[in-house]
Order: sequence, then structure tokens, then C-alpha cells
Amino acid sequence: MKRKLSLFAIPYVIWMAIFVVAPVILVVLYAFSSKHGFTLDNFARMGTYAVVFGRSFKLALIATVVCLAIGYPVSCMMSREGPRFQRIAMVLIMLPMWMNFLLRTYSWMAILENNGLLNQLFQKIGLIDLWNQLFGTNLTFFPMMNTQGAVVLGMVYNYLPFMILPIYSVIIKLDPSLLEAARDLGADSVNVFRRVILPLSLPGVLSGVTMVFVPSVSTFAISTMLGGGTRILLGDLIEQQFTGGAYNPYLGAAIALVMMVIVVLCMWVMNHFGEGEEQAVML
Amino acid sequence: MKRGASVFNRVVMALVFLFLYAPIFLLIIFSFNAGNSNMVWKGFSLHWYGQLFHNRLIMQSVYTTLLVSFLATLIATVAGTFAAIGFYAMRRRWRSPLMTINNIPMMNADIVTGVSLCLLFVAFFGLWENFAVWFNSFGLFRLPTHLSMGFGTMLIAHVTFNIPYVILSIGPKLRQMDKNLIDAAQDLGCTWMQAFWKVVLPEIKPGVISGALTAFTMSIDDFVISYFTAGSSASTLAVTIYGMTKRRVNPQINAVSTLLFVAVLLLLAAVNIREARQERMAAQRQS
Repeated sequence: MKRKLSLFAIPYVIWMAIFVVAPVILVVLYAFSSKHGFTLDNFARMGTYAVVFGRSFKLALIATVVCLAIGYPVSCMMSREGPRFQRIAMVLIMLPMWMNFLLRTYSWMAILENNGLLNQLFQKIGLIDLWNQLFGTNLTFFPMMNTQGAVVLGMVYNYLPFMILPIYSVIIKLDPSLLEAARDLGADSVNVFRRVILPLSLPGVLSGVTMVFVPSVSTFAISTMLGGGTRILLGDLIEQQFTGGAYNPYLGAAIALVMMVIVVLCMWVMNHFGEGEEQAVML
Repeated sequence: MKRGASVFNRVVMALVFLFLYAPIFLLIIFSFNAGNSNMVWKGFSLHWYGQLFHNRLIMQSVYTTLLVSFLATLIATVAGTFAAIGFYAMRRRWRSPLMTINNIPMMNADIVTGVSLCLLFVAFFGLWENFAVWFNSFGLFRLPTHLSMGFGTMLIAHVTFNIPYVILSIGPKLRQMDKNLIDAAQDLGCTWMQAFWKVVLPEIKPGVISGALTAFTMSIDDFVISYFTAGSSASTLAVTIYGMTKRRVNPQINAVSTLLFVAVLLLLAAVNIREARQERMAAQRQS
């Protein structure tokens, strides 16, 4: 009888075939063709964009590491607070995610601008004068906007909750008696962390790393808004092939394919490291 | 020792929250600015709110955003519920590969999903044009030959990336369910349709609700996929804002952010207060 219920899935299977599988196949087809038919030219041309690939990976990696460095301790600290505090903290961390990330990134534009709020603040407290005296420079502001640092900041700011939530949800489920047992058996706090907490929280860390790295490496809005659009990232490159003046969906599809392969490789590596990230992905 | 660590923890967390919220509060403060700037305060005014409500472009895109999110959530929740039940009832041999395909839109970078759907729509419109020209040559009735991306394609894209989240949140609830329930219902005279409505659906209701909430959040928050599938005729708030920030600072964006923030804050507060009250009531009932 139960098998009859499986008929419920048929409409969605058809939907997936059209809107999930077919698009992926199309990307592969486009990646290996040009207006005139089959070609490997798109991949050959990718060498010219090696700089963009390198830059994207570098920035995304830095952003991921920074998110992990902030997110892991914060998740640990949160899990030690009272239940009421934790509930409010969770809401506070999720709340910004409900505001569109473009709005939040837009706000950073006003903060980082040459005559923006942060530079005004530095001027007021005399930091800029101090800097000038110390290093013999003649700055009237710190150039922060349109730098790669600003892009990394935007990534960290936007994706930090994606790091905190999965790690927190794994740590909160740790059995406290495990930690007690470790202490009873003579482990000091460093060893409790290294031998018990860290390995057990690894699935959360891995899912957090994926959830920060994948959007960071593929972003185009953040780099356009905070990076000034001169030093482009992979996302910008794809976007330009589809909407910009340099309309070339074949090349765009090829880059998208490479990105897809990277993501699959990431997932594969992650799956090898830890099981049970299924529930962490949920958050 | 313990006490000192706790104060340190609080300070660190306060700093993180400051980092997360400072930009949002700045947006809110400067939405009341009389001047035309996000950096210089020129006195209090509600000027930009007035302007906002007269801005056809922004109001239209707010409406589009809400409509597409609402419709996509509705469709995805219904379709996802049926699909989840179907997957649950399937043999493992079939279920595993289908679940892998189901995970593709969640795994992939947004830009890849958006671009691939964009390619699909463009390819389909090309085929359609050929077909319509061929069909119109019979002279029965005229089909439109030229289709372009718009609200419909965006809705399809939103439904496509929402369904996996619905399935993922319903799946665990189904696995927790007692397998004999369905058989019992049927032994007691239910048809399998009745068994679905009266037994399965109430069991998985929490999963359905959380799936719908996730889907709605994903739709509201989406920019990249809408950007590639909306064409030029429809535009969500995010797409409109992206176009505006490219040109120059516009304090109306601050006003719209403030309104959004307040709406989300009220919504989350309501949900949490309700949850807390339910928990308290459950605790009382137990004692």
C-alpha cells in the first residue's frame, strides 16, 4: 500500500528533469560549443582569466578563514549561556539574513567611503593624524572603499551567520556527559577541546565552511559594490558574459561549469571528512 | 575565573553583534536624514518616506517581490509535501539518485543555478519561436512567436530552488512517523487518500510549516537567481536596488530598508513569543 504513495513524487520528478537536470545538461553543452559547433576553445581561453580565478579563490578563502575564526569561538560562547540568552542571540543572528544582502552591503558603501563615516570617525579621534606622523605620510583619509579588503569585509559580514548557525547547532547537541567523562579521565581543558569538542563539531565546521566558501567564490554583487568593479571576480566574469556588453553565453557556461565542478569537489571532500552534515545543512 | 571568562565572552559577543547590526542601524538612522547623503547628518525629516511611497519603481518591485515569494512558497510547499511523501514511500534504489538530483539546486552556487535556468529559458524560447512560426503557417489560430523572460520564468526559478528546502524539512518528520500508522488507518477503513489527509499530513505538519518558512525566506532574500531569470519586464526589490546602487546613493533605499527591518523584527518577535508561550504551556501541562 505504501508504494502507492510513491506516485506522489512523479510530478516533481518531471519538474526536476526539466528545471534541474536539463539546465545542467545545457550548461555542459554550451560550455563545449560555440556558434559554429563543438569546440574546446572556451576552456582554452580560460587561461587568460587565471588571474580572476586566483583572486576569487584567494578572497573567498580569506573570508572563510576569518568567518571560521570569528564564528567558532562565538558559537562556543553562545552555547554556554542560558537558554533565554541563546534564544535571543539566535534570533539576532538570523535577523540580518532576512534583510536582503544587497541592502546590508549598500550600507557598507557609506561607511567605507573616503569621506564616509569610518573615516570621519578616524579624523575625529585623530587616528589619521597619528598615522601621518608615525609613517610620514600625508593622508586625509584611509582608502578603504574599492579595495580587496572591502570585498572580503563584505563577504565576512554577509556570510558570517552561515558559519555560526551550523557550528552552533552541532555544539549545542554535544552531550555534556562526554565532556565530564573526558575531564574525569584526566584531560585538561585544552585536551577536552582538542580531543572531544573539536572532532565532534567537525561536521558543523565543514558545512559552515561550504556555506561560506561557495557563495563567496561566486559572488558578483559584493565585488561590484564594494570592490569598485575594476578587479573582477569569477561571479562578475560570468555575469558579464550573460548580461554585459561582452555577451558570450558559451564562455559564461564554461566558467559556470568549472565552478560547478569545484563545488562538487568541495562536497566530495566534505563528505569524506564527516557524516551527518545533512541536518547541519538544514539551517 | 569562571566569572571573568563569562564577562570576556559577553564582550566578544557584543562586538560581533555590533559588527552585524551597526550597518543596519546606520541605514535606519540615515533614512530620517533631511539631507541627500548617507554620510552627513542634516536634521530629522520624513521626506524620504514620502518620496518612497511615490516612487512607482520601488513600490512595484516590492509588490513583485512579495507576490513571487508568496506564490513560490505556496506552490513549493504543496509540491514539496507531495514529493517528500513520494520519496519516502519509494524504494531506496530509486530514492537515493533522486535525492541527489534534488540537492543540486541547494548545493550549486546561486549564480550557476541562475545562469543555467537562463540558458534553459532562452533555448526554450528559441524552439518555441520555430514551432509557433510553423504552427501559424496552418492558419488555425495565431500563437505568439516572441516570448521573453519575465514574472513567469522568475516564478518557475523560485519554485525550483524552494522545493528542495521543503523536502529537506519534511523528510525527517516522515522518517520519525510510525510506519504502521498508514496501515492502521487503512485497516480501519480509510482509502489511501484519506490516510494521507487524516494521518500523514497532521503528523508532518511542523515540517511543512518550517519548510514553507524556509522557502519564503529564500525567496525574499534571493537576488542572484531573480537577476538572471527575470528579464527586463519584472524586477524584484533586490534587482531594483542593485540597479540603483550602481548609479548613485538614494536615501529612499534607506527608507525601504527601515520598513523591511521593522516588518521582519515584528514577525520574528511574534513567532518567538508564540513559541515561548507554547513551550511554557507544554511545561505547565506536564507539571
